[in-house]
Amino acid sequence: MQPLKRFLPLAAFLLLVVLLVRGLSLDPTELPSARLGDSLPDFNLPVLGESVLRQAEDWRGEPALINVWATWCFSCRVEHPYLLELAQNGVTIYGLNYKDDPEKALVWLDDLGDPYTETVVDKDGLFGLDLGVYGAPETYVIDASGVVRHRHVGVVNEQVWIEQLAPYFEAGLTAGGSE
Amino acid sequence: MVRLLLSLIIFWSAQSLAVIETYEFSSPELELRYKALSQELRCPKCQNQNIADSNAPISRDLRAIVHEQLEAGATDEEIIEFLVDRYGEFVRYRPGMDSNTLWLWSAPVILLMMAVAIVVTQIRKDRDGRTISANAERANRLREKFDRGPS
Repeated sequence: MQPLKRFLPLAAFLLLVVLLVRGLSLDPTELPSARLGDSLPDFNLPVLGESVLRQAEDWRGEPALINVWATWCFSCRVEHPYLLELAQNGVTIYGLNYKDDPEKALVWLDDLGDPYTETVVDKDGLFGLDLGVYGAPETYVIDASGVVRHRHVGVVNEQVWIEQLAPYFEAGLTAGGSE
Repeated sequence: MVRLLLSLIIFWSAQSLAVIETYEFSSPELELRYKALSQELRCPKCQNQNIADSNAPISRDLRAIVHEQLEAGATDEEIIEFLVDRYGEFVRYRPGMDSNTLWLWSAPVILLMMAVAIVVTQIRKDRDGRTISANAERANRLREKFDRGPS
């Protein structure tokens, strides 16, 4: 009994070390979407630059990215060239123009190029709210049946694509990103 | 000096008020509930502020939702559920009881029960005189050792 008791503080210390090391490797800012595994929430939004309305069902049929962007969002400009590259490689990207001025959005796409199959306009951010968007840029993956599979907050680059997004597209795509 | 400080304070408070919009409520009771809810809901963007204190755009939107739903007659639970559906348990500063938070909620009770158990057994031991007799025994042994001196 006595020798065991002597190691009690050491054991307690080691336990604490394990807990703290675990704490270091956790990222408290990582926030999984509450919509994972659910169908894309219903929406009825105008397509940017056109007078057509789109519903969630229209985006079914193949896995796709939904990219939340706005002209006021600096990081969106950063990820834009990479989105163009993805689109060129055959990735379907739907744009969600989030709380933005549609006029400015059109100018932005004219100037920088348009990686989106189509962009819908969520001017007051209500669809964004249903989806759980809390800023821009955010990128969601939906599968062929319109179920939300993944959410990435922040800029999409090659590393994010390869590590987080590409796996959802592997079935239908041979190569994404750079070739 | 005092005047300068005072004007600075007034300037500051005016500024901090300016970022958060105010809402009109149809009854004071709704306003109280609005205050309580917005203190208790966490801003998903800034993460360490509640939506009442945060001036992030998303917090502004969430305050608007809370106001709108309160006026529409929703209960507090309905409003919290609406937001948890969209932003996850994360938005609650007072998390509900589920498999993830079971330990969080039960730990204080378990620790308290453990403490009570330890105190009770200790007191019983003392009352039985076991600790005292054990100590006396040890003292006797030591005394004998010293009496004998180094061998």
